[in-house]
Amino acid sequence: MADDALILGHRNSEWTGLGPILEEDIAFSSMAQDKIGHAQALYAILHEEFGEPSPDKLVYDRDEKKFRCCHLTEMPNGEYDFSLVRHFFFDHAELCRYKLLEQSSQKRLAALAKKIRGELKYHVMHADTWLKKLAKADEESRSRILSSVKIVYPLALGIFEKSKWEDELMKKEIFRGEETLQKEWMRSIQPVLEESEIKLPNGKIQPAYGGRKGEHTGHLKPLLEEMREVYKLDPDAEW
Amino acid sequence: MEKQVQIQHNEIWQALEEVKDPEIPVISVTDMGIITDVRVTGNSACVTMTPTFVACPAIDYMREQIKKKVEELGFEKVEVLVDREYKWSTNDISEKGKRLLKEFRFAPPPKISGDISSDDLHAACPHCGSKNTSLNTPFGSTLCRAVYYCFDCRQSFEQFKPK
Repeated sequence: MADDALILGHRNSEWTGLGPILEEDIAFSSMAQDKIGHAQALYAILHEEFGEPSPDKLVYDRDEKKFRCCHLTEMPNGEYDFSLVRHFFFDHAELCRYKLLEQSSQKRLAALAKKIRGELKYHVMHADTWLKKLAKADEESRSRILSSVKIVYPLALGIFEKSKWEDELMKKEIFRGEETLQKEWMRSIQPVLEESEIKLPNGKIQPAYGGRKGEHTGHLKPLLEEMREVYKLDPDAEW
Repeated sequence: MEKQVQIQHNEIWQALEEVKDPEIPVISVTDMGIITDVRVTGNSACVTMTPTFVACPAIDYMREQIKKKVEELGFEKVEVLVDREYKWSTNDISEKGKRLLKEFRFAPPPKISGDISSDDLHAACPHCGSKNTSLNTPFGSTLCRAVYYCFDCRQSFEQFKPK
């Protein structure tokens, strides 16, 4: 969860200064800031409760293969339609995930989930507004949205790849599991897709799995290198 | 609570009224409702605060300011903790705080119950009071701001967005 938020947060920040209109530039930049904050709060729980290294160490000094983000978050921004459709699929899943986590037996995670969900609501509202608008605005916007849905959907299904701790998390009632989450997600996106007259791809879709096991696309490495460029100049610098 | 400790408590709360949010310099951290706990033990004080939004970049600055302010009261040891999990809501902003926001021409958030929905996204114009306004974007110059437009005085304005 923390790696997903960090990596997509970084991708969102790549829209800073490049958004198609000023409001979208600010929206993606604000969502970047929110997501990197969510990642930091999650890394802090890992550090303080489970003995993982500090948040800075985890971000700036961890091998790429130890990252657990899904492929969806790693993909380059592409054009605005790709970023928007990814944002739509991803943030609906985030909202559903944090809603489930409010009941988690891990008390700090449950509390954080309540705080974060109030912020994600705005992310989802933003995604829904633009998706509905652009799916019906004109021929070009509609065809761009439809072709991005085709490309992004298998990647989005990769969000729900089970980690090797799935059974343990469920047994300890920390998390209700990826299958439950995926059902909630489908229920959450369906009304927006219907209103936008968007149909999801049919037939057997191969989800983009691997991220949760540390097997990544070629896009993660250059992203991490860029993120760490300044840090690497002097890892012991005091900020 | 012991009388002496009660007095010290009150002193701390009073001192905190002078610490402002650097992004909205008219409102104090107490009116923002971000101070979640104040404890006094002997000559030590411990203040707990929470960020409004998880990624609030002003948190370290406010933490320093709070520490300095409380140290000025003469405590030997002052600790300021950040509780990143406390579910702060805009309902925690005091009535005085909301009035100050409005005077600053920054529309206060409406009271919300439960989850926010698009029904909560309305604001009266802080310049002319008109309700004939519409939301331009829920993301503004800082994480806690949404941008609106007033059709009567034809001005853009910001709102502390409900959370």
